[in-house]
Order: sequence, then structure tokens, then C-alpha cells
Amino acid sequence: MILPGFPDAAPLAGLAGGVLIGLAAALMLLGAGRIAGVSGIAARSFGIASSSLPRGQAFAFLVGLPLGAVIVAGLTGAAAPALAGAVPLLVAGFLVGIGTRLGSGCTSGHGVCGMSRLSQRSLVATASFMASGIATVAAMNALGLEVLP
Amino acid sequence: MNREGLVPLVSGTLFGAGLALGGMTDPARVRGFLDLFGAWDPTLAFVMGGAVLVMAIAWIVQRRMARPVFAGSFALPDRSDITLRLVGGSALFGVGWGIAGLCPGPGFASLAIRPGAAALFVAAMLAGMVLVRLVEGDR
Repeated sequence: MILPGFPDAAPLAGLAGGVLIGLAAALMLLGAGRIAGVSGIAARSFGIASSSLPRGQAFAFLVGLPLGAVIVAGLTGAAAPALAGAVPLLVAGFLVGIGTRLGSGCTSGHGVCGMSRLSQRSLVATASFMASGIATVAAMNALGLEVLP
Repeated sequence: MNREGLVPLVSGTLFGAGLALGGMTDPARVRGFLDLFGAWDPTLAFVMGGAVLVMAIAWIVQRRMARPVFAGSFALPDRSDITLRLVGGSALFGVGWGIAGLCPGPGFASLAIRPGAAALFVAAMLAGMVLVRLVEGDR
């Protein structure tokens, strides 16, 4: 399906992917009684933060992420997307690590799980990282900084 | 693996599949969404919308449940205070998100698609998390 005005957008695939993500988070909530927040689960899994989620379960969730992605890549035969170069990846990763710990969550914990619960903290956090993400891309474009091939 | 371990594994797998299907393992798509003042790509809004819709129903179901199906009790965030730490930390996260077009979920999911590059991102992210832990201890 083509979205009028946005020929490159993939609204149906996006919606389908979003529903899968929602089902994943719902399974974690109703099955395990936890928030499917990837940054928190990662910190727990690597012993960086304590949490009531057993470490083995945190690691099992993390293992599933690449597993699910590679299954979809195999089924759809989509080409592997290009990532940024080493320097931007390292800088970005470092900032994401610091920011998600200070901000207590990322796109999944705040964006999906918290916003759907109308959590004030998650609404504010999501507005904050959306705004700074938009500002960052705008600033990089203005400076002519290209990170993707 | 016991039943308790199977729930997060299946959840993570569904999550990773959803990210890949929705195009969120493609940094060009994610940065396209953040490029609000340029060639805006609204795909991420559909991903977020679909996920939030399903989760909103899950929260309604959760309120009627005494305990989760495969665990003893719910362990959910209950804070409501808006702090500088929350806003500033999230803003810092957004800068990193904007630079590479990756957040934690797609970072891990990409380990199976672009292992070398994704490992760099994940390692730097864990280093950032460790730094916060070292500076302020366990909270």
C-alpha cells in the first residue's frame, strides 16, 4: 500500500510489525508480569542494574530479538539494511546507553509500554527523546553530516 | 528451559520479528521518521501506533488479573515524578537515536543481520550503561 504523499513509507508493514511488537509486550506483561523495556532488560541481563526479573529470563528476551529479526529476514528475503559507520555507531551507542539509564527507558519501555498505559513519566520521556532525535537529525542534515550510505 | 524462561524468549522473538517486519531494523527508515523537516517517512508512527493499540488492550486485561499467567506477581513501574534526570536522560538517548537511527531493541535485533556493526553499537551502549552505574551506584 502506498500512502498518499509518502511514496517510500510502508504503512501496512509498519502496522503489522507494530501489532507483533504489541503482542510481544502484552505476552511479557500478562505472562511474566513485566514491562518489555529493552534497555532495562539489557541492563539487567548484563548485571548492570538490579531488577526483580531473573537474569536468565532477561537474557532469554534479548536472545529472542535477533532470532525474530533473522526469521523475518529469511521469510521476506529483504536485503540487510545498512548501518552507520563505526564512529557514529560508537558515539550513538554510548549516548543511548547513558541516556536510557538516566531516563529509565527507551522506545519500548516508555514509547510502547508506558504510553499505552498513559504514564505521565513515559509521555514526557517519549516527547523528550522524539524532540531531541528530530533536532539531532535536523542539525546533522543542516551540517551536511551523512552517516548512512 | 522452564516455562518462566520460555515467556521472555517467545516475547523477545516476537518483538524482534515485529521490529524487522516494521522496517525498524533499517536506520534509514528510523532517521526518515526523525527527519520531520526533510523527507519525512511516517512508517515509525504506524509501528508505534500498532504496538500501543495492542498494549492498551493488554493494560485493560491486566487490571482484571490478580497475577500474571506464568509468574507469581506483577512487578510494574509505579513512579509518577517528572525529574530533570528523566527529561535530560531521555533527551540524551534521543541524540544517540538520531545519530545512528538505532535504539536498544533494533540494536540487539541487528546482531543477526549486521553482526559486526551492531556489536559495536551494543558494546558502546552497554559501556554507557556501565558508566552511569559506576558514577551513581545501584539505584
